[in-house]
Amino acid sequence: MEHRDRRVDMALGLGLAGFVLLPWYRIDEGFYAFRWPAQFPFGAEEAPALVQMAAQGRWWLAVVAALLLAAAAVRFAAPAVSRGRLLVALGAAGMAFLVLQGFAITFGGWSWDIGEALFGPLATGQPAMGAGAVLVGLTFLFLFSAGLAEQGVMKGDFFVIAAIALLVALVAVFVFYPVLSMFVGSVQDFDGSFEPSGFMRNIRDPAIWSLDCVIGGGRCGVAWRTLWLALMTATGSTVLGLAFALVATRTRFPFKKGLRLLTVLPIITPPFVIGLALILLFGRAGVVTTFLSDLFGVEPGRWLYGLTGIWIAQMLSFTPISFLVLIGVVEGVSPSMEEASQTLRADRWRTFWHVSLPLMKPGLANAFLIGFIESMADFGNPLVLGGSHGVLSTEIFFAVVGAQTDPSRAAVLAIVLLCFTLSAFLAQRLWLTGRNFATVTGKGDGGVHPALPRPLAIGVNALVIPWTAFTLVVYGMILVGGFVNTWGLDNSLTFAHFERAFSFAFRDGSIAWTGVAWDSFWTTMMIALVAAPLTAAVGLLTAYLIVRQRFVGRNVFEFALMMSFAIPGTVIGISYIMAFNLPPLEMTGTALILIACFVFRNMPVGVRGGVAAMTQIDASLDEASLTLRASSWRTIRHVVLPLLRPAIVAALVYSFVRAITSISAVVFLVSAKYNMATAYIVGLVENGEYGVAIAYSSMLIVVMLVVIAGFQLAVGERRLRRETRIAAPAAVRPLPAETIKEKIA
Amino acid sequence: MNGLKTGSVVFEHVRKTFGTFTAIHDLSLTIEPGTLVTLLGPSGCGKTTTLRMLAGLEHPTDGRILIGGKDVTMLPANERDVSMVFQSYALFPHMTVIENVAYGLESSGLRKTEAREKAEAGLALVGLAGFGARLPAELSGGQQQRVAVARALVLEPQVLLLDEPLSNLDARLRRRVRTEIRELQQRLGFTAVYVTHDQEEALAVSDRIVVMVEGRIAQEGPPRALYESPASSFIADFMGEANVVPCEVVGVEGAEAVVRLGALEHRVPGRAARPGPAKLAIRPNAIRLAPADDGGLKGLVRHAAYLGDHVEYEVETEVGTLYVVDPDVERSLAATTPVAIGLHNRGVAIITA
Repeated sequence: MEHRDRRVDMALGLGLAGFVLLPWYRIDEGFYAFRWPAQFPFGAEEAPALVQMAAQGRWWLAVVAALLLAAAAVRFAAPAVSRGRLLVALGAAGMAFLVLQGFAITFGGWSWDIGEALFGPLATGQPAMGAGAVLVGLTFLFLFSAGLAEQGVMKGDFFVIAAIALLVALVAVFVFYPVLSMFVGSVQDFDGSFEPSGFMRNIRDPAIWSLDCVIGGGRCGVAWRTLWLALMTATGSTVLGLAFALVATRTRFPFKKGLRLLTVLPIITPPFVIGLALILLFGRAGVVTTFLSDLFGVEPGRWLYGLTGIWIAQMLSFTPISFLVLIGVVEGVSPSMEEASQTLRADRWRTFWHVSLPLMKPGLANAFLIGFIESMADFGNPLVLGGSHGVLSTEIFFAVVGAQTDPSRAAVLAIVLLCFTLSAFLAQRLWLTGRNFATVTGKGDGGVHPALPRPLAIGVNALVIPWTAFTLVVYGMILVGGFVNTWGLDNSLTFAHFERAFSFAFRDGSIAWTGVAWDSFWTTMMIALVAAPLTAAVGLLTAYLIVRQRFVGRNVFEFALMMSFAIPGTVIGISYIMAFNLPPLEMTGTALILIACFVFRNMPVGVRGGVAAMTQIDASLDEASLTLRASSWRTIRHVVLPLLRPAIVAALVYSFVRAITSISAVVFLVSAKYNMATAYIVGLVENGEYGVAIAYSSMLIVVMLVVIAGFQLAVGERRLRRETRIAAPAAVRPLPAETIKEKIA
Repeated sequence: MNGLKTGSVVFEHVRKTFGTFTAIHDLSLTIEPGTLVTLLGPSGCGKTTTLRMLAGLEHPTDGRILIGGKDVTMLPANERDVSMVFQSYALFPHMTVIENVAYGLESSGLRKTEAREKAEAGLALVGLAGFGARLPAELSGGQQQRVAVARALVLEPQVLLLDEPLSNLDARLRRRVRTEIRELQQRLGFTAVYVTHDQEEALAVSDRIVVMVEGRIAQEGPPRALYESPASSFIADFMGEANVVPCEVVGVEGAEAVVRLGALEHRVPGRAARPGPAKLAIRPNAIRLAPADDGGLKGLVRHAAYLGDHVEYEVETEVGTLYVVDPDVERSLAATTPVAIGLHNRGVAIITA
């Protein structure tokens, strides 16, 4: 019985600390600045709940105190039979009350009239929740879980129950609450009152929905243009990806290894860099443009700025992803099927057309939908190349930061975008379930793939070779671009851009970071380093729960998590500022909001990787550990985690790199104090400082390459050792293909 | 190691459902301290679920489980005084043998050095002293199995659970290891619950056998009672093969009954049978084949197979086709030979259920 007492005691201790020892409300200059202890416990802002309640007239906090005291009474006095039930009730009541009071009472007092009618007007409102409130919230969550554990739920495993409760709470706060806030925000005015006119005006705005380009002479609405672009990009990248996959697996192409290296590129490339390189090549002052205009004497055109340019940039960005998906698909087609077809008198062409290709269809659909969602969500390339022809994601951005700030419009556009991507995601799910011609079976499958029909082989090579060359030129531009003075005008080489960005000097015995980029560079590194382990931890914990535990609503939980993949970064960004700008939770302008954003955007990748790795580990290992007196926590630490090491490293690398390269959500959340590299580079591009921007981008790419190579080396070494020590452990690939498949900008 | 606590196990009206599927229907069972009890049954009969509920890896939907007199129904696995040997052994591949064996001791809060010492003693007990520094993958199957046993035993549990511990071993090794397990259990005197689907293994190691079918206990008793007095035709066939044929009880004389099988009359232990139709379970080696003119039950050999130390026959009779094992390999009866069938005194049991 001592286990159950100890955990309730610990929870109550936390609650006491949260109520008495920590500031209850948010500290404006930041909790971690640690200037609050000076004013503690009697400063108006810094006071703990006890003082807030007694001295500052915030009487409603007494309810929290009463609930905590009731829990303590239950701990010592209640009979064992009913104790669990009482703890569950108190925990649930505590969480519900905290949420309710947070929404009901804000800066100005009651936020709903009903509160005033019931309890009379308040002398004082309250700011956003702070450390104390969060800790007490956790206390209630733990009490709730301890109560469930005592009732024997989940085999009485407190750790598992608490982990599930915590994850559900986190996902609710950081994924669903923001999206919900965005929906609410679309029908609210600036002061928060219900005002549907903005919503009605925007949802019917011809600038979004007009079909003039089809039926009239004008331009189509932004929604249709985005859709059209996404369809084009998805088609193009799927065709190119298939061509690459066929070349890499079915021909005697000499540089296959090199081709596969291409698949790493989209992970380490900040999303707008391709657009930037295209400007250096084909922009009005681009190398190719000026060369051609000199040669033929034609006026340099602006054709790049618009859907065409975005399309080319997106094809360059997403073809490697499609390639990666389709390699697996093409390799998955069983050679014995194709051999069977050939023995049935079908020639190579007929075999390909009637057997191989139909077997690849689900994979092709998958690649198409990934391309579609990627294109919809892409923010970097349209921002750089869009000009006046915006797409949904950039329009959202300009509705928030542009000349006429219109949060309602931003919310409506975000909802439209969300509807498109979620429909695609659901379509993908529906289409793929039960339609998977799983051609990779457990049985050994001998045989060789037949060569491609000759015309097709020529065709795919004709696509792949120029496109590869083009990609290499583009990346070459990125690496060289930083060393050129001003593209098109003055092509002489220079270190000026790097100097401006990354110069440093020794002054008074210390290094002075004088370059303009250092500020955002260090912030980025710091935030990425904090976010990466958190992402991996949350992702792998979730994977453990999904794979190893059976609980009510597990499928819903998993589905909701995977769905958060399909929420474009722009939508996340806009929903975060709408949700976390006002009490009860206020985080805008802090590093915390950036970290939370990265953790919950990149977590699903960790979940995927973790699920894949964990299903390869025999469940009886966990059970053996449990019967050997180890708690779930000890089991995870000593058995599961050591066996998952490669998956952990993959999740760490991925979330680190993604935190550095992502832009779409970040651009909404950065502040003067916490600026991120990508947001800073976009600023440079908007000022026309292409040289510095590209220098900074190439620096980022190099840093990430070093990081990935370093980790890969570490993993490779570890795996080798494991293989020499252990005959055949489940070797987990460092970056599972599905992981990258699900990457969404 | 000799101070092992022994504990009794009690299941009280335990029920377990998975969704709409009922794995265990109202199971009540008492296991005496210091005995080795086998849960035996075909796959899907609920024997492993029963074991896992005892370990705390599943929790019953209804009912109570007591170990050593203490209610553990709602206790998680790591707080129960039992330990388990898994079918796959579940040795942690990333830990050495000694780390594996010491793992449970360290989880129980023992200091590292102390845990190591006890683990060494445990390894010595199963005859693997000096193998501590190896990784599980560097051991043979039988050695891995013994590490798994040592890992479970060093915790000195009240009850040791064994889930098909021999199924990953080859036939020859299986016989040796099962003897070792039984010897260890008798020497140290702990309670053991053993799950298997192999009746020969169950007969060889158990004090008592619990046969389970479709989530219910079909029969429970010492090995000999189960073999010699099966309660149902299923048990008769499952505990070593048996021909189950319809018969007629024509008379009851004290503890014996006289049954008629076609033209054949035979005395069997009565088992409270009353006159009227019943069933007879006949072991294949309890049938005696004689030349056709001998009287008794007539039959026709349909098929014969020579298997070295015995001959197997399929004999067609008026009560059905009988499967016969005949040790007399010198006299080989060819197919279509007419025979007369007689019965030995042992290996024939009346089934009233």
